[in-house]
Amino acid sequence: MNPSAEGLRATFGDAIGRVVEARGETTVFVAAARLLDIMRWLQTAPDQLYNYLVDVTAVEYRDRERPLEVVYQLRSLSRRANLRVKVELDPRGELAVDSVTPLWAGANWLEREVYDMFGIVFAGHPDLRRILMWETYAEGHPLRKDFPLRGRFSRSEQVRQALNANPEANYSLEELSIAEAYGEIPSDMRDRLRRGERGDVGGVE
Amino acid sequence: MSAQHPRTIELEVATPGVDAQGRPVRVPVPAPAGLPAEPDLGGEHLLVNLGPQHPATHGVLRLVVELDGETVIRVIPHIGYLHSGFEKLGEYRHYNQIIPLTDRTDYLSPMANNVCLAMAVEQLMGITITPRCTVLRVIACEMSRIISHLVWLGTTSIDLGAFTPFLWAFQERERIYNLQEQWTGARLTTSLTRVGGMLADIPNGFVENLREFTRTFPKTLEEIDRVLTRNAVWAGRTQGIGVMTAEEAINYSLSGPMLRASGVPWDLRKDQPYLGYETYDFEVPVGEHGDVFDRYLVRLEECHQANRILAQALDRLPDGPINVDDPRVILPPKSRAMSDMEAMIYHFKQVMEGVKAPVGETYCGIENPKGELGYYFVSDGTAKPVRWRIRPPSFINLAAISKMAEGHLLSDLIAINASVDIVMGEIDR
Repeated sequence: MNPSAEGLRATFGDAIGRVVEARGETTVFVAAARLLDIMRWLQTAPDQLYNYLVDVTAVEYRDRERPLEVVYQLRSLSRRANLRVKVELDPRGELAVDSVTPLWAGANWLEREVYDMFGIVFAGHPDLRRILMWETYAEGHPLRKDFPLRGRFSRSEQVRQALNANPEANYSLEELSIAEAYGEIPSDMRDRLRRGERGDVGGVE
Repeated sequence: MSAQHPRTIELEVATPGVDAQGRPVRVPVPAPAGLPAEPDLGGEHLLVNLGPQHPATHGVLRLVVELDGETVIRVIPHIGYLHSGFEKLGEYRHYNQIIPLTDRTDYLSPMANNVCLAMAVEQLMGITITPRCTVLRVIACEMSRIISHLVWLGTTSIDLGAFTPFLWAFQERERIYNLQEQWTGARLTTSLTRVGGMLADIPNGFVENLREFTRTFPKTLEEIDRVLTRNAVWAGRTQGIGVMTAEEAINYSLSGPMLRASGVPWDLRKDQPYLGYETYDFEVPVGEHGDVFDRYLVRLEECHQANRILAQALDRLPDGPINVDDPRVILPPKSRAMSDMEAMIYHFKQVMEGVKAPVGETYCGIENPKGELGYYFVSDGTAKPVRWRIRPPSFINLAAISKMAEGHLLSDLIAINASVDIVMGEIDR
């Protein structure tokens, strides 16, 4: 068995689930509750040193009964070793897992993309916003299997919303706060924001 | 938007002190009494919207920049304007039908993307490709590296005010594009590979033409080197700009020339060799300062090294078939499909059902011009993947732009953005 998987099992016991080895790649399933501890150990333990986060993504299977998986591809540059760590999330429960951004700054955008595409929430993420879709996007999370390939709204509805969106829809709340601090927000935009509107024009009537 | 991060906008009262990120919040200075109310810019502070339609952002990238005079306080990138949902589309396509999608992600190095996709599916299916195919794929990857770096060199020099290298670089790129057109019939959307082989063998005259290119290309590189490297303006605009230390580069998951310019000697071709790269004689340039200048030097030298690999690959190009002898993945010749019952059945099944991969998953990463391109496939045994994940190198490299640009001038932000070597087709996918 992969020495990292053995080390994980010796250190974290029950928090380590099954270990799959295939095609020269090792996948370790870990408990969501201990993810941050496990990742920190993998990153810093002297015989592990998985200092490079290659990728963070998620998988939803066509079989609705199977849990969603958050997939972390780790690499130790010094040991030239790869490890895949997975966390399973029950789609009927809360789709949430701890963010690894405190350990790897590179996880910031990757986790935002997983949140955007799958709706998985990363607790402790410094800036969890949609990244590829716009912030007022109302159709859901595109890479979920229940999301139709052409989107939930009709093309005409998508065009209507795009044309009717107010300018503030194109700015994040952080940017609007900066503009507000400099008194740069026009009064009509300020009125809409005060009413809690973000420039989105709502779903299908 | 997200209930986990309630960031309410403070209207009416601009809070003095620090914001949620611990950065100072500037309060607008009230207009003196008696004067007409004018928009107060809070000293010289400005919120500037750069892009999405701006030549210096290299595509539809939008940067919202907070400026103090000319100094960048923070950069907030907005991406997704070119989002096409390639990963979702891949779940509805056979493995070979995904190859045209890869052309359109990093469209400055389509052949290298094609190679990575074929390698990932072959890894999933346990297929070993033929020796000739291996060398042809190396040629495809290194041709891609040269054209991608030339586009980078040309556009970056234009961004920083040097027009001549742009013309020289694009002239050389045109020669590779002509070769690409000879080989695949397309200049941009090459779709060069197939699972288990290639679209086509190289045409007559290709080897001679490519050899002529490798013979004459270094001269152009030396001319660009002479015009830029010891040019005071170029050095002044690039040295010490956008520095990432080795630790930061690793922590931000940078890859490719961005990682190596910061002094991390990591190249998948050397450290986790594929396609027999361990048998080629080439060097991996590594920078030491991690600034824009070092990224330029690394890419320039990578062009030289790619050229060396091309010459070696041409020397050793073996004869033999380009496709594996496996009727599960490779179509039988048309003549046999029309005359032989078994061949016809294989032909029918492949066209109608596609290539089926066994249950499982695999990650295959290769050293693309922009960094580590990885394809992660999850298969449930059917001909269409459950999940096709692209590990996009320029998406991950771009994520560090805020870190690199803070404290520099706005004009340096242009240099930093150029040095990342982004391509929006890949970032937005």
